[in-house]
Amino acid sequence: MTANKSEALGTFVIAPSELGSLISALREDGYEVIGPKLADGAIVHEPLESADDLPVGYDDEQEGGTYRVAKNGANTYFDYVVGPHSWKRYLFPPDQQLCQMRRQGKTFRLIETKQEIPRYAFFGVRSCDLHAMQVQDKVFDNGEFADPGYMERRKAAFVVVVNCLRPAATCFCASMDTGPRATGGYDLALTELASKGRHEFLVEVGSSRGEEIFAKVSGRPATEADQSAPETASAKAANAMKREMVPDVQALLKRNLEHRRWDDVAKRCLTCANCTLVCPTCFCTTVEDYTDLTGSTAERRRRWDSCFTMDFSYVHGGSVRRETYARYRQWMTHKLSSWFDQFDVSGCVGCGRCITWCPVGIDITEEARAIRDSEGSR
Amino acid sequence: MVQDIGLDKLIREHPFFEGMDDDDMEFIAGCAANERFDPGQYVFREGQPADKFYVVRHGSVALEVRTPGRDPIILQTCDEGDVMGWSWLVPPFRWKWDARATTLTRLVSFDAICLRGKLDAEPRLGYAMYKRFVRVIAERLGHARLQMLDLWGVSNGTPGSDKIDA
Amino acid sequence: MNDPMTPSPFRVERVRKELSDTFTLDLVPADGKRDFPFLPGQFNMLYAFGVGEVPISISGDPSKPDTIVHTTRVVGAVTRAMRNLGVGHTIGVRGPYGTAWPVEEMQGADVVIVTGGIGLAPLRPAIYSILENRSAFGNVSILYGARTPEDILYRKELEKWRGMFDMQVDVTVDYATGRWAGKVGVVTKLIQRGGFHPQDSIALICGPEIMMKFAVQALQDRGVTDDRIYVSMERNMKCGIGFCGHCQLGGDFVCRDGPVFRFDTLADKFAISEL
Repeated sequence: MTANKSEALGTFVIAPSELGSLISALREDGYEVIGPKLADGAIVHEPLESADDLPVGYDDEQEGGTYRVAKNGANTYFDYVVGPHSWKRYLFPPDQQLCQMRRQGKTFRLIETKQEIPRYAFFGVRSCDLHAMQVQDKVFDNGEFADPGYMERRKAAFVVVVNCLRPAATCFCASMDTGPRATGGYDLALTELASKGRHEFLVEVGSSRGEEIFAKVSGRPATEADQSAPETASAKAANAMKREMVPDVQALLKRNLEHRRWDDVAKRCLTCANCTLVCPTCFCTTVEDYTDLTGSTAERRRRWDSCFTMDFSYVHGGSVRRETYARYRQWMTHKLSSWFDQFDVSGCVGCGRCITWCPVGIDITEEARAIRDSEGSR
Repeated sequence: MVQDIGLDKLIREHPFFEGMDDDDMEFIAGCAANERFDPGQYVFREGQPADKFYVVRHGSVALEVRTPGRDPIILQTCDEGDVMGWSWLVPPFRWKWDARATTLTRLVSFDAICLRGKLDAEPRLGYAMYKRFVRVIAERLGHARLQMLDLWGVSNGTPGSDKIDA
Repeated sequence: MNDPMTPSPFRVERVRKELSDTFTLDLVPADGKRDFPFLPGQFNMLYAFGVGEVPISISGDPSKPDTIVHTTRVVGAVTRAMRNLGVGHTIGVRGPYGTAWPVEEMQGADVVIVTGGIGLAPLRPAIYSILENRSAFGNVSILYGARTPEDILYRKELEKWRGMFDMQVDVTVDYATGRWAGKVGVVTKLIQRGGFHPQDSIALICGPEIMMKFAVQALQDRGVTDDRIYVSMERNMKCGIGFCGHCQLGGDFVCRDGPVFRFDTLADKFAISEL
């Protein structure tokens, strides 16, 4: 884990073939490199063995309820943006053992288990997702309690950012102030420079750890013109962004907890929980307890949960949020409003996944705008 | 009707009569009498003419229903500070329940026959008394609704109890 | 780093049956003598081997931290498993968690405790703390309601407290037969008739949410202001430490920002259904 804002420890230019050297350097240093791969028609985050695993020449088309990956005929590595996976599945696994216990007559005791902390190198982290990690950092260390597994995985993780050069139609990071360019909190940041026959990568070094790894990669120092490339490219990407979140949404939602729009969205929402599963910041979990068949060993497992399920708010006698409107409202107001009360930051980073992966295409930016517009007409 | 010494003062101190004007108070006190009941003694019985109402000075009276083959069911108790009885205002002026003192109980009773005539003759006083009784009736209805809601039924306590039917 | 999600084994020292569905467990650490300090109003996550974990308020005496006392009602699989525990059995404990009744801040004020059913269990540590230092507080009243006389928790203790010269204990039940010599009526009536001075009082309420809603209204009607009313909230909890997200109530995590809330911080949320 590196500081949020880091002074660049140097800026370099490398050839595309050097991506392979970078992945090798990370692997040689003991990192398990996780990066974008094409699988089942989507760009997902999977272990990478070499640069050959990277999807070259792919674009993605995203809209509410729509996701298509297509070959675009180019030789570029990072034209697509975010897919259904976020990095949380590595830092905050969907299913995790908490502890095991063994019964001895009337008593039981803990079974000491040593869990290996994986050293991940996240390759191709977009700025929105980097912000999402920083959001989850606050969740899993709330000042009083910390999740040691998360903290150790996060601390060990090496982050290679890729700055976005184009947005998907569902992206709205610019209005959330979380992208498209990463400004810190990474070890290395890549910007793909591919225009007019040129194909190179600008590399910004963000940490001493990044510096050590990058020493094993061949490149040349960036010129002044090279150095302005990420800013120019990201400004272009920001301008191309079609969606935006309305301003002051935190206060807007707080004063509209009772609003007819909640009933409207409830007619469309299937409470399928897709949005919470693809969201890079959603952190809710349940704990499940089991014994083996003989009843002598018990296990506790923590699993991702979703505020869209009926059981989520169950208090003996019934669930607090029985209606769909209440569950959608819980999710959306948590992301955009009450998250500030809890963690002093927005729970939404504008990645647009919840829009893309909603089977009925509910758009969080549109829902917020509808509530805002109703105020204007009041 | 026997006018007890200090009865006027006792009545005035009761919250039901708070703020009532002196002339009205004097008239009402004229219809009042002190009554005392031992534990188990009935103040009135179901079906009897409702020719009085009461304020409870001390003790407790259970309003109850007799049912065959089981103990009587207590609907509510009238305790210190309460007013008991409004059947005297509603035809056919008969008590709906039994009223049984559960402890040594001191009541002030008011002669309803005397009052009903006076309230009919003097609508201003009638209105003043009805306003006071409407509050009592509204409070009773509120309490009956809360009993119906069963405040203790759905869920008990805070982390004081197991929340998750896991 | 110790994982805060791992329960510590405790030994059941004593089991008491309180009511037909309610029992009390006295627990001590399985790994030897050690104190377990807690504040009145806090809760523990109690784990039954292989069955699950539930949040349960601590109902013992804070000045006797060598034993943790929990009074629990059987409402689900976990509490059912806990009822089947006997002396010598192991139970898992994590805690103590959550906010406390404002016992310190109440010094110099009159105290009105409004509760009913098993809601007395989370308040009993506060009552013990008040009795421990009785002269620091003004008038103390306990207004207790239950569905029937058979549902009155800690009846012997209520009777003992009622017998004290400096404590007012008023008990009412919703339903009773002629054998009951006490009051029949709702707990809010005790608030309406209670002999406390609203301006000098701080009120602590614990019970089902619907009961607390009407208790707050009755206290407000008497002139007790929202910043002098405290309530203890109940929500689904899987962790007790702010990680699982289940207990959210608006921006609050009931496990960390509660369970005890000053009512003025909660009034807006209380008014919105299914929040």
